[in-house]
Amino acid sequence: MTGFLLRRLALLVLTAFCLTMVVFYLTNLPPQLEKIAKFEAGARISDDEVTSWLNNHGYGRPFLARYGEWLGVVPGWTGTDTQGGAMGYCIKKDVDPANAPRYCGVLQGDWGYSSVFKQPVSSILSTRLGLTGILMFWVMVVMVPTSLLMGVLAGMREGSRLDRTLSTVAITTTSTPEYVSGVVLIVLFASSTVGLSPHLFDWGWISERTLFKGSASSAMDGITFQNFTLPVITIALYGIGYIARMTRASMAEVMTAQYIRTARLKGLSFREVVMRHALRNALIAPFTVIMLQFPWLLNGVVITETLFNYKGFGWTLVQAAGNNDVPLLLGCSVVAVFVVLVTQLLSDVGYAFLNPRIRIG
Amino acid sequence: MDTLTHFQVFTTLLIRFLPVWIAMIATFALSVTFRKRLGLYGKLFDSTVGMVGLGFVLFWVFTAIFADQIAPFDVLAQIGPMKNAPAGALVPDGAGVYLLGGDHLGRDVFSRMVAGSRIVISIAPLATLFAFMVGITLGLPAGFWGGRLDAVLSFLANLVLAFPVILLFYLLVTPEVVQTGLPQRMAAVLFILPLVFAILLTNSRLYVKPQLRNLIVGAIVVIGGWAYLALVSEADSGINVLPAAVDLIHVPANLLIVFVSVVFVNAPTVFRIVRGLTLDIRTRDYVAAAQTRGERPWYIMLWEILPNARGPLIVDFCLRIGYTTILLGTLGFFGLGLSPESPDWGSTINAGRKLLTTAPLPAIVPALALMSLVLGLNLLADGLREESLRD
Repeated sequence: MTGFLLRRLALLVLTAFCLTMVVFYLTNLPPQLEKIAKFEAGARISDDEVTSWLNNHGYGRPFLARYGEWLGVVPGWTGTDTQGGAMGYCIKKDVDPANAPRYCGVLQGDWGYSSVFKQPVSSILSTRLGLTGILMFWVMVVMVPTSLLMGVLAGMREGSRLDRTLSTVAITTTSTPEYVSGVVLIVLFASSTVGLSPHLFDWGWISERTLFKGSASSAMDGITFQNFTLPVITIALYGIGYIARMTRASMAEVMTAQYIRTARLKGLSFREVVMRHALRNALIAPFTVIMLQFPWLLNGVVITETLFNYKGFGWTLVQAAGNNDVPLLLGCSVVAVFVVLVTQLLSDVGYAFLNPRIRIG
Repeated sequence: MDTLTHFQVFTTLLIRFLPVWIAMIATFALSVTFRKRLGLYGKLFDSTVGMVGLGFVLFWVFTAIFADQIAPFDVLAQIGPMKNAPAGALVPDGAGVYLLGGDHLGRDVFSRMVAGSRIVISIAPLATLFAFMVGITLGLPAGFWGGRLDAVLSFLANLVLAFPVILLFYLLVTPEVVQTGLPQRMAAVLFILPLVFAILLTNSRLYVKPQLRNLIVGAIVVIGGWAYLALVSEADSGINVLPAAVDLIHVPANLLIVFVSVVFVNAPTVFRIVRGLTLDIRTRDYVAAAQTRGERPWYIMLWEILPNARGPLIVDFCLRIGYTTILLGTLGFFGLGLSPESPDWGSTINAGRKLLTTAPLPAIVPALALMSLVLGLNLLADGLREESLRD
């Protein structure tokens, strides 16, 4: 088990290393650097000025040296600015250059400085991840019980009318990407002119113009039922169908097993059989699926946060990528990649833990 | 503004789709009549789910084919007074009717939705097909030989899969990256694999008939090689290998990068599926028999293992077209790749979402269109799975 974990952790670090290098390469292609130079030094500078600005600001070093600099294994560049003062990768404002460290990369805990938000990347990431964490928590609270219940109900009597209905619902939600369900939900529940809200308002059922809010920007200060329902449902819907289908398949398979027949034949009620014998074994497979849903949820989070203007991690990723904010984008990709890889690891370990027939050596 | 009643809008819509209804009825009638001879496709008509799915898919395929006849207006024609018009609004000078309203620039939502289907229907299946050929060409040897080749390829596939899709899109599909010629280089790598696939497929089959083999493989190399070179070679760019006279295939750089990135995202998953299936089928007796007969590795992979893996692959192909459609919509939703003017569904949803609460139609119409196509593909896959499991 320890050997397996160590191997997986080594693979995880190697993958993260390769991926950040790819991100670093793509965000530091010559046209991207030119854009940065023009953003910092003025849009109308000539090509020569771009080159000299880039060289003066440490962008002229070889790719690997610069990647090492970000990582913290190569000393940061140093130079002098127009006033003759020292500047460099590790020399922060209001800090005496003499005291500046030689290395200041991710390994030293320094994630760099965001050019768009004018804040250290680490502080942006921690606040934004906190906001997304709240969103994900509620998504899980809605998604997991709903989908498991749907899957178990559909799978316990395969081919019944309930099974057909729930399977149709599940397949419909898997066909509805977040940008479709979000748009439909906003029109149905958060518009004062169309959908349900005007009717509910006329009947006096709701006191405000709309049932839910179409924007979740107020949810960053405090979550209410009104401003958080739609984003949570939007993300949860796409996952519900998938997990429900997996649960159904697993449940249907368990229900045909010999021991279920034995339990029935010894006179237990159907309820008893489902609750005591089938459920536990049927829920092993969906566990893996739920864990592997995290990377997918990440996509949903980016789309939903953009659509509902909820300034969490996904929204930050879009801002960083749209403005070529290299340090922030690298920070976001490290986080995203770790989320993906750690959930993969957890799902493998958890599966082995839940299912005694599987042994990892 | 004068508008038609909802009933009139509904009937006019039905009439506008007339070519589609005729084509669908003809297809269904022919298929049901000859279903005994149509193999797996024919069996689809025994399953309600599969038939409903096929209905949705055919509807959009025929809409894409007859888009010019169905759409009453030009996709870019702006009529000032029709900005955010309601459904069924009559154009002032009597030039027609905006059946599903107008968008924020006064363009016909219905015509744009119909034209958008053509973009989706032409890109999504083709990109999926390419992803499959890439995934199969790499997945078969990885599963069959295993060892170091498998380790390296699996690591690369997992690397791509660990990338959040949206981050990858944002990194790849930007004007700056297009400017560096990176999409072309990626296309050069990815598009050679389908060519390799075709050559291996025919070469392994016809190895025992050298003359025929030389003829056919030669033809594939010449024609496929030309198409490949013409596709990746573009004047004024990093890769310019063909003279202008024979470089007949021109794909706009922003379309190419959309295509390449969608193939790039899908191929690793296909690779994993094919590899898994190969690992399973490799242990069967008929593979051992083929090895004993002295058949060569590529023949066994392509003509013994691949046909026996077709069931899951066909099902996944349907699902994956739906997923690719969602990915294309995602790209459009973030305004990446295709021009903002483009009528594809993702871009129109993105343009329409700003005024969603006051004028919902411009976003809702393409959103529901996209959903119905994906739903159709998912139902079709379900029907195919049911029917292929039955025998």
